[in-house]
Amino acid sequence: MEWPGLYNYWIAIFLMVTGLYLVMAPQNLVKKIVGLNVFQASVFVLYITMGKVTGGTAPIIAEGIEVYSNPLPHVLILTAIVVGVATTAVGLALVVRINESFGTIEEDEIRELEEAQEDAS
Amino acid sequence: MISTHLPALQIILPLLAAPLCVILRNGTLTYWFAVVVAWLAFAVSALLLQEVNAIGVIAYKLGGWAPPWGIEYRIDLLNAYVLLIVSAIGALTVSYAKPSVDQEIGGDRGYLFYTAFLLCLAGLLGVTITGDAFNIFVFLEISSLSSYALIAMGRDRRALIASYRYLVFGTIGATFFLIGVGLLYQMTGTLNIADLGERVAAVGPNRTITVAFGFMAVGLAVKAALFPVHAWLPNAYAYAPSVATIFLAATATKVSIYVLIRTYFTIFHHDFSFGVMALGDIFMVFAVLAMLAGSAIAIFQTDIKRMLAYSSVAQIGYMVLGVSMATVLGLTGGMLHLFNHALIKGALFMAMGCVFYRTGSVSIESMRGLAARMPWTMAAFVAGGMSLIGVPLTVGFVSKWYLLLAAMEQNLWWILVFLIIASLMAIIYVWRVVEAAYFMPSSAGAPTDIQEAPMAMLVPMWVMVLANFYFGIDTKLSVGVATRAAKFLLGDAS
Amino acid sequence: MSAPDLMLLALVIPLIGAVTIVLFGKIPNLREAATLVTAVSLFAVALNLLPVVADGGRPDLNLIEVLPGLELRFTLEPLGMLFALIASGLWIVNSIYSIGYMRAKKESNQTRFYVCFALAIFGAMGVALAGNMFTLFICYEVLTITTYPLVTHAGTPEAMRSGRTYLGLLLGSSIGLQLAAIIGTWYLTGTLDFRDGGVFAGHVQGPVIGLLLFLYVYGIGKAALMPIHRWLPAAMVAPTPVSALLHAVAVVKAGVFTVLKVIVYLFGSDFLRESGYGDWLAYIAGATVLTASLIAMTKDNLKARLAYSTVSQLSYIILGAALFTPLGAIGGAMHIAMHALGKITLFFCAGAIYVASGKTQISDMHGIGRVMPFTLFAFFIGSLSVIGLPPMGGSWSKYFIAMGALESGQIVFVAVLMISSLLNIAYLLPIVARGFFSPPSDEIGSGNVAATKIKEAPLLCVAPLCLTAFGCIVLFFYADPLYRLLAPIGGG
Repeated sequence: MEWPGLYNYWIAIFLMVTGLYLVMAPQNLVKKIVGLNVFQASVFVLYITMGKVTGGTAPIIAEGIEVYSNPLPHVLILTAIVVGVATTAVGLALVVRINESFGTIEEDEIRELEEAQEDAS
Repeated sequence: MISTHLPALQIILPLLAAPLCVILRNGTLTYWFAVVVAWLAFAVSALLLQEVNAIGVIAYKLGGWAPPWGIEYRIDLLNAYVLLIVSAIGALTVSYAKPSVDQEIGGDRGYLFYTAFLLCLAGLLGVTITGDAFNIFVFLEISSLSSYALIAMGRDRRALIASYRYLVFGTIGATFFLIGVGLLYQMTGTLNIADLGERVAAVGPNRTITVAFGFMAVGLAVKAALFPVHAWLPNAYAYAPSVATIFLAATATKVSIYVLIRTYFTIFHHDFSFGVMALGDIFMVFAVLAMLAGSAIAIFQTDIKRMLAYSSVAQIGYMVLGVSMATVLGLTGGMLHLFNHALIKGALFMAMGCVFYRTGSVSIESMRGLAARMPWTMAAFVAGGMSLIGVPLTVGFVSKWYLLLAAMEQNLWWILVFLIIASLMAIIYVWRVVEAAYFMPSSAGAPTDIQEAPMAMLVPMWVMVLANFYFGIDTKLSVGVATRAAKFLLGDAS
Repeated sequence: MSAPDLMLLALVIPLIGAVTIVLFGKIPNLREAATLVTAVSLFAVALNLLPVVADGGRPDLNLIEVLPGLELRFTLEPLGMLFALIASGLWIVNSIYSIGYMRAKKESNQTRFYVCFALAIFGAMGVALAGNMFTLFICYEVLTITTYPLVTHAGTPEAMRSGRTYLGLLLGSSIGLQLAAIIGTWYLTGTLDFRDGGVFAGHVQGPVIGLLLFLYVYGIGKAALMPIHRWLPAAMVAPTPVSALLHAVAVVKAGVFTVLKVIVYLFGSDFLRESGYGDWLAYIAGATVLTASLIAMTKDNLKARLAYSTVSQLSYIILGAALFTPLGAIGGAMHIAMHALGKITLFFCAGAIYVASGKTQISDMHGIGRVMPFTLFAFFIGSLSVIGLPPMGGSWSKYFIAMGALESGQIVFVAVLMISSLLNIAYLLPIVARGFFSPPSDEIGSGNVAATKIKEAPLLCVAPLCLTAFGCIVLFFYADPLYRLLAPIGGG
């Protein structure tokens, strides 16, 4: 196996690390959600990659084709995408509510407000 | 026959009931509906446990599809036991919920709460019952998404930010688990847990398996809030509506611990997990740190719900400690604590719910002199606190006793010392509340018209409290089931 | 009624009493009547059990098995019988005294006071009857927790602070050390039952014995062995009846009783003597005897002085047990009874003086005997008993402990006992002398308005203390039955 070998995996790893970085580094809550999405996308790529069979085609029964890719990871990832969308929706909804009640979506500012509230109570 | 479809019923009941709640829309109506559904789910899980006890493992093919393509529900002693815990706590919590939900969330929006609650219940039961690794992820996300919603319903605006942080942590945790499942699928071509168990052993410990092992360990540790990745938990529990806190504290992390046990004993054989990979050594260190750090931080909290949340971090340490020993006694202790801690924290958070209902606050200041005004509530807190400390004749003692026996069996004397230190710290933080409630006069600005909580809250709370004592005295059921489940997991037929 | 039923009754009666007291909480007369009826019936039950034990019976009551091998189990043997009799008997006297004291002082929260008292007695009965270390530990903690509200009864910041010391030291030591020792015992021997001759023989050897003994002795904080005695002086903020019954009798005696139980029935005196790893205990006890007596001399507050005197006297009992000889153990056990009567008398007197005159400092008590002759005479008798002079009961127990010391060949402890007796004289008798012989201070003697009010305390306060003082004398002449009851624990 010569370099870059199964380069899909390198992409998955790159996306994974990028996503995790984006979750942690920015103060902006929306950017964090974006990071979360990138991170999840990396997993989707990983799954799809492992379903690929060399020389295989899309798993739709057609005449004259013997080798198919494994359809199961595709199905799984469809589910995972749905879960991901739902998570994003809930996350963004929360950000909207946070913006309504704190007046900001920057985490450092929110933390200050939180601390102020803690001291007050 | 309905009895053959019990496993499906267990999930479908709450899952279908949740959208129906949205249609019903009326607060009172949805409450009663949710109560009926939750108790039915409890009845189903009780029947399932009985059946498992009688005939052994139940394998149910969902929709008739044979594994490994179809999803199989597979119920053995371990998850029958966890199902019973989750559904029992769910039923008691929802029975208790009405006054508190009406007040904290509002009667007109109450139906949203019951919807999320039933979804969460369905998710947690699903995680427990399913025999399919990917399905675990899906149900885990169902329960997590609905618990984010539950937490965000808290009156304090900090609930929103707590929920957001939980969402980020929870999603990362669940996705790590998903990566692990994917890698395992890659090596074995199956998602069925029972099949995985056989094939992972056959494949042997190559690098992919090892990486999957690591991803799953981190992901589950986050979901279970094991120290030091517990950061999402304290605020989430502190600011969530009282009823949501009760339910989540008593069940959510427990189910994650269940998945942890399932993963490392059934999928990866325990010889591999704890022998080759030495997971036990790592977890044991974190567990002990959790016990000490969680208890120590709890002592300094002024918000009692947050104090109990940190105490939960410590108690999760106890459970993981038992699991990390990977012996029959240790696993028994860990699983007993799973059950017992659900009862303990359920009772304590219920007491806090009553206090919040009447006083609008759970700070230590607002506890002052409360015993005279809310005698039953505070008595319940004392009883729950005793159980948390591990006073003999309460459930807390039973599980700690087994953990001690397990530690001594392996000559881990230092664990004995730390267990005792953590118990002493528990005394301190429970005592602070007792002292304020019983032996201090009410603070000057406190309202004077505080009454005892309504009967609708007191009765479920005291059922929970009495369960703490009942299972502390008559230990045959819980210890028996936990011991047999532990032997089953360790492949010890005797 | 069979003996086990009677034992169950002995445990249930205080609980029923507590409930009844709560029910009659609003009607003081009925409430106090309930206390007295409970106390009397409890004592009657204890007396009914006495012949059974005296005849060598060991009634056994097994309630439930919590976990395999861990049972809630009660077994009555001579030591427990003695403790049960003292605690229940003195509860009657103390109840009468409490009623006088609490009414005279117009204390608040009286219902809570009587309820907690009944619950504490329940704990003490449990300790007395416990058949294994597990049961004993539970009852021991019940006793700790139920006495906390009594200690902090006043509700002042000082009382709360003392309450924390009290609870912190007692709970901390019992869970941190005693529980560890219990778990260790279970691990090493597989049983927590009390057996004649002990359970350790054949299971343990070497320094572990010493370590376990250390954990037990210091884990039983109620025995107030130095340096974990500080809770006892702290507990003196409680109303005097509490100090009298609980901190001269029930709580502290539960502590030394547990030490005796552990030494006699868990380790076995012979086993400890032969192993040689328990010898240090006698020296610690001896040191506590002397140091506490010296500290007592420096205290001007009467109750504080009595508290340190108690610390010192408790170590007599531990010393007796730590000699690991039959006579020493018997002497120690006997001292439980003798010291109980003597010290409760002294506390009753301190309380009576406080009720009558409001005085707490010894230096203010000049000439107090002239206006309160009965009280101070009873104090005199109690002092003699604590010092150990004939014809008071206290002389016998000291005699047996000294014989035990001789038997074990450790003459140094005979010297300790003698010096301690001198110290006792030095810190107790001056109070009597000052009260009777020194000229009354202005307040008491002269005709000013405040002073003329001082006279004997209410009858309900004075009668009990005369009764217990009389008891001190009676025990001197009837020590033989006591000796015969206790003889089996020495026989092994």
